[in-house]
Amino acid sequence: MNREGLINASVYLALPVLALAALALDEPFTITLATRAAILALAAVGLNLALGLGGLVSLGHAVFFGLGGYAMGILASHAQSYAPLYDGWFVVEGTKSMPVIWLVAVLSSALAALIIGLLSLRTSGVYFIMITLAFGQMFYYFSISWPAYGGEDGLSIYVRNSFPGLNTLDPIQFFALVFALLSLVLWGMGRIARAPFGLALSAARQNAARVETVGLEPFRLRLVAFVISGAVTGLAGALFADLNRFVSPTMFSWQMSGEFIVFVVLGGIGRLFGPVAGACLFVLLEHTLSGVSEFWLVYVGAILLLVVLFARGGLIGSLAGREVADD
Amino acid sequence: MTTLLLIEQVLNGLQSGIMLFLMAAGLTLIFGVMGLINLAHGSLYMIGAFAAAAVAGATGSFALALMASLAAAAAAGAIVEVTVIRRLYDRDHLDQVLATFALILIFSEGTRWLFGSFPLYLDVPAAFAGPVTLPGGIQYPAYRLLIIAVGLAVAVGLFLLIARTRIGIQIRAGESDREMIGALGVDISRLYTIVFALGAALAGLAGALVGAIQSVQVGMGEPVLILAFVVIVIGGIGSIKGALIGALLVGLTDTLGGVLLPLAFGLFLDPATATSIGSSLASMAIYILMAVVLIYRPTGLYGVAT
Amino acid sequence: MTEPLLQIKGLHKSFGALRATDDVSLTLLPGEIHALIGPNGAGKSTLIAQVAGGLAPNAGQIVFDGVDVTAFGTAARARAGLGRTFQISALAMEFTVLQNAVLGALGASRSVWRFLKPVMRDAEMRAQAEAALDRVGLSDEAQKRTADLSHGQRRLLEVAVALTLAPKAFLMDEPMAGLGAEGSKRMTTFLDSLRADAPILLVEHDMDAVFALADRISVLVYGQIIATGTADEIRANPEVRSAYLGEEVSP
Repeated sequence: MNREGLINASVYLALPVLALAALALDEPFTITLATRAAILALAAVGLNLALGLGGLVSLGHAVFFGLGGYAMGILASHAQSYAPLYDGWFVVEGTKSMPVIWLVAVLSSALAALIIGLLSLRTSGVYFIMITLAFGQMFYYFSISWPAYGGEDGLSIYVRNSFPGLNTLDPIQFFALVFALLSLVLWGMGRIARAPFGLALSAARQNAARVETVGLEPFRLRLVAFVISGAVTGLAGALFADLNRFVSPTMFSWQMSGEFIVFVVLGGIGRLFGPVAGACLFVLLEHTLSGVSEFWLVYVGAILLLVVLFARGGLIGSLAGREVADD
Repeated sequence: MTTLLLIEQVLNGLQSGIMLFLMAAGLTLIFGVMGLINLAHGSLYMIGAFAAAAVAGATGSFALALMASLAAAAAAGAIVEVTVIRRLYDRDHLDQVLATFALILIFSEGTRWLFGSFPLYLDVPAAFAGPVTLPGGIQYPAYRLLIIAVGLAVAVGLFLLIARTRIGIQIRAGESDREMIGALGVDISRLYTIVFALGAALAGLAGALVGAIQSVQVGMGEPVLILAFVVIVIGGIGSIKGALIGALLVGLTDTLGGVLLPLAFGLFLDPATATSIGSSLASMAIYILMAVVLIYRPTGLYGVAT
Repeated sequence: MTEPLLQIKGLHKSFGALRATDDVSLTLLPGEIHALIGPNGAGKSTLIAQVAGGLAPNAGQIVFDGVDVTAFGTAARARAGLGRTFQISALAMEFTVLQNAVLGALGASRSVWRFLKPVMRDAEMRAQAEAALDRVGLSDEAQKRTADLSHGQRRLLEVAVALTLAPKAFLMDEPMAGLGAEGSKRMTTFLDSLRADAPILLVEHDMDAVFALADRISVLVYGQIIATGTADEIRANPEVRSAYLGEEVSP
């Protein structure tokens, strides 16, 4: 195994090791912390496909995160109040089943990504950044001003949703479920990066003219990447809402989008395990620094600034050196 | 009644559009000349507001407060440009986004550290505190008219600065050909600092002027920043004229949408539903405007295709 | 006379008052190398961009292999069989040389919408890519990072990627640019052998190469084609000599 492989393995295993150690020491809060890191990592892994492989600086991925969250919140709130979601020609009931919620989260965020992508991918560079940011803000304000599901106050769900065969209220079982999803998505992203689609997408980032000259359309490649990326971040949103048993417009906020980018870059952009490392590092910083000072974000800002100015390549990049071209 | 309301809302829209222009002008100049996307522009807006609130609180003078906002934001802009921003000109947009995002965290939390989490209040100067009666018998707050006047004056000044002065010529040269102005013997790094500080001062002024209507608090800058982005996307990056047109469009759409859409839905829906659907849609109106402009002109109304 | 593979008919492109392409018509016949020459600012780049699909003409028509491709984008023209190389190398610099070549094979295979199977383990694409690298003599560099190649090697890789597409015609924008005397000679020999694969529309500044290779030469001056003919005809053409050749090349 090469050096990056070793680093990847330790990043990957850090979370379950931490969670199991916390279980042995009976520290449920630490398990929840690990779960949070794994969910944020999942969101960032989604972003990494668009940002790292596709070079699309999306400052609006909170849209998908929030949609996933609200998919969970809306379905579960209807199930908890026994009021059907739609009662007309046919009846749509709410649900407390995680697989169904995930499906709805993935589909709705994929649809949103398709529409936003169709509009924003017509542009590039700074325009793309500003437009994705603006669409994020649109969803944010919409969620605040739409009173049906809590508006600004958000929506609380009393009991965590269910998954067949698991007790999701048990922190370690919920962690295991989240980690299994993260692993599955990481596997899928690893395959995509090496598949024909991944090669073409990566080439489109490096040189769009080259890709066109071999007969491929960069726009379509980017759009598909954006949709997959949004869907994964949407899934993470549903899990995040379930972890907190709460959704609010904050999940749509532009700071959220900014933090996802920070996870990706802090860990190492374009590297499969970069977002995982970044999210873990961020949660660790948040946990330790918030104990030091109420204004811990100042330190996060300073660290981030130093990383951007002086340590390009992020954590994995600094440890593993230049990326090795593999097959 | 409705005509009066409409005129009042149009004036409100103009006022918010003019303030947006002050933000957007700086952003678009900085992008046009230096190629930099600056997320921390909202922080400069906040700094202007806090400086004004602090000085007004200490001296009681609104004029001094406005000057303090200009000076503090310009100084903060110049310091940030020299220490951080100039390292970013040659970087890609992602690095610029991240570094300026980091600056937001530092500025916001730093301000919270200094001033606390509670909002400050900046009073409207006594001379402009009341309403004035406009032709047609419309009562309108004098201070908002003042804002419109100051904003328009700054806009005219900015156009003159860019069209007539030496620094303006250098700015225009910098927008069209960055290597050329170096060859012409212009001190580029000094020009960049000046442009950045100028943009910062405009943002700071806007922050102070708006701060007297709304409250002065941490995080006030970012919503305005994002609106200013919408303005620039609509107007076309790098174009001051586009920023002005875009700002007025956004200001009017946002203000009028909030009033007219609930009324429009009220024509065929019950009042409660109409208010809820109308105001939800109004919150999206400017983004829909942006999407429509993008469909027809992906580089904005006055943008140049690259 | 054989049916031309590429036909450009009455092409116009203006930028404001500047007529960058002024009623240009030319043809590319099967098996030939047709060189397009002209002094700087004559409008060669503008013309090439319109043929490749990056720039839409104001008027005129481009017919390729019997199909009107005027409204096609760059990618669609590539799929129709136009293999283009760039004046400034356009390669994915982070990729290995082999990956760049496989990208070409991938484009030709129309199987980009696959998400799970590793592309570099696809025997067919790999074989195509390796064959193309072999033809241009880059087999030994296959595992090198493209950014680490020399300038001349990048030019060859450009051609190799075009080769993986098995195009019906090549459109080459100054393939000799920046090559030394030795490199130019190598490239000239190689392009000479390439005409057996497909005809080449060659834009080139290197007159030695042009006169050695071209079956026909068209001369572009101020957006207009002032002459088309064999190397001898062009050398003898007084208009060409006064407008262009007299200053740069001694006959």
